[in-house]
Amino acid sequence: MKRIGLVPTTILVLGALYCLFPVSWVVVAATKTPGELFSTATFSFGSGLFSNLADLFAYRDGVFWLWMVNTLLYAGGGALLSTLVSAAAGFALAKYRFPGRNAIFNVLIGGILVPGVVLAMPQYLLFSKIGLADTYWSVLLPQILHPYSIYLARVYSQAAIPDSLLEAGRLDGASEWLLLRRVALPMMVPGLVTIFLFQFVAIWNNFLLPFIMLGDDGKFPLTVGLYTMLAAGANQPSLYNLIITGTLVALVPLIALFLTMQRYWRTDLSSGAVKS
Amino acid sequence: MPSKHARRTGGGIAAPYLFLAPALVLFVVFLALPIAYTIYLSTRRVQRSGLGLGKGSVREVNAGLDNYAAALSDASLWTSWLRVLLYGLIVLVLMLGLALLFALMLDTARVRLARFSRTSIFLPFAVPGVAAGLMWGFLYLPGTTPLKGVDFLSASTVLYSMANVAIWGGTGFNMLVLYTALRAIPQELYEAARMDGASEVRIALQVKIPILMPAIILTTVFSIIATVQVFTEPTVLRPLTNTIPSDFSPLTKIYTDAFVRGDLYSAAATAIVVAGISLVLSFGFLRVVKRQAFGESS
Repeated sequence: MKRIGLVPTTILVLGALYCLFPVSWVVVAATKTPGELFSTATFSFGSGLFSNLADLFAYRDGVFWLWMVNTLLYAGGGALLSTLVSAAAGFALAKYRFPGRNAIFNVLIGGILVPGVVLAMPQYLLFSKIGLADTYWSVLLPQILHPYSIYLARVYSQAAIPDSLLEAGRLDGASEWLLLRRVALPMMVPGLVTIFLFQFVAIWNNFLLPFIMLGDDGKFPLTVGLYTMLAAGANQPSLYNLIITGTLVALVPLIALFLTMQRYWRTDLSSGAVKS
Repeated sequence: MPSKHARRTGGGIAAPYLFLAPALVLFVVFLALPIAYTIYLSTRRVQRSGLGLGKGSVREVNAGLDNYAAALSDASLWTSWLRVLLYGLIVLVLMLGLALLFALMLDTARVRLARFSRTSIFLPFAVPGVAAGLMWGFLYLPGTTPLKGVDFLSASTVLYSMANVAIWGGTGFNMLVLYTALRAIPQELYEAARMDGASEVRIALQVKIPILMPAIILTTVFSIIATVQVFTEPTVLRPLTNTIPSDFSPLTKIYTDAFVRGDLYSAAATAIVVAGISLVLSFGFLRVVKRQAFGESS
């Protein structure tokens, strides 16, 4: 029986090492001075972490700070709005019977299948027409609607909110709006946290939309900022340290969020709701 | 059927529509309208009269299906489709194969360090595609690679190096989806097979994988949609090498056509062609999802 345990353990540890390898390389490489990056052994720590960080945050008058704040704004604001919109829509689709319900659901969910660029390019042109291209709105607004979140919110309200509770509220004279705010939303919180996290990561990681929408580097999120650093510095090895350190700094908040919120990273919202 | 009480409260009939209103408004403005506009653009072209210099000498006119004909007969688009097809096959087979393998291994009894492995393999999910491209990019770059002597960015290897970035980034999420589905299978199902003396490998192949099939189909369709749209990896790796052309994938071609060459009309036609192919490839998806989640509720 011991032999059985050895094979899966080895396979999984190999997989884990493969996944940790680039991240640990970036952690080590970010500590190296430009000279050390090309001379010292791959996994030996260098002596330049603090000068790299100082250089990074001084880069072009501290534009990197701005990119971090922008990213937080896009991901935080966008995920919050997206979660509320999805919750209301999911609740309506799960708990009401009304004409057009299935048609609306199918149309909304069909949005999953539309490739990003088919939307990003005309969105940019339409935003340009009303003078909103290259603004915060142009990155924030298109990312609020997220069909998969609506799907998850529907699955979750179906499983987490008993009809009897809504009926009881109606008998007490509560309005539908009050039922949504005071009964449905609080009961959906665990599922909404999951929806928020998935959407937060999706917006944080998005590259195509801000890349197309934005021209002013003061409004860039980290992904586009890092890319422009690479595009400018790929032929200048002296800039590599800056880019590597920037990559590490961009990773830290998400990895911290990932490790602390582990129990919310679930892909089985319906069964989770029944159990808890 | 509307609920009796909902009807009595008056607001009950309108309520679901009001709750859906924000989503529907966003859908119309940021999804339906852009798609309609792309279709419109795809049937237009610029016409120049004279030297095309004076005011009013450049006009937008109806082009019918000319842009589509041009897109479909554009050899560079077909080359990029072939490239993405090979790239997609490598990514789909290896990423989903590894995800399935890891999920099955996590589900075996007596596995050690399972929590550590599961978290580590899922970790790349939290890494932005651009950051993943940068990290691997530096690991490939001759000056900074730990594997001296291997050219990861040559014309013949760059496709595989790019596929590795996508496999690294996507395996964990798919593993989690499959592992979650595995955990939902009642243990008694295996007990019977074990009583009959079936090995763990046999149970995995003949019991677990067939039950997992719907989840495998689901992750496959999602992965197809994602690989057809590959954009970040070639864009990020491109500054590091001259082996990645600007029309590497259909999406990078659309981007170059629209924003570098300024030909919105043919970019729009290509975008519709890409959307069409991706729709055809993923058509089965909705049916699978609906049967899975809502078969009993509607």
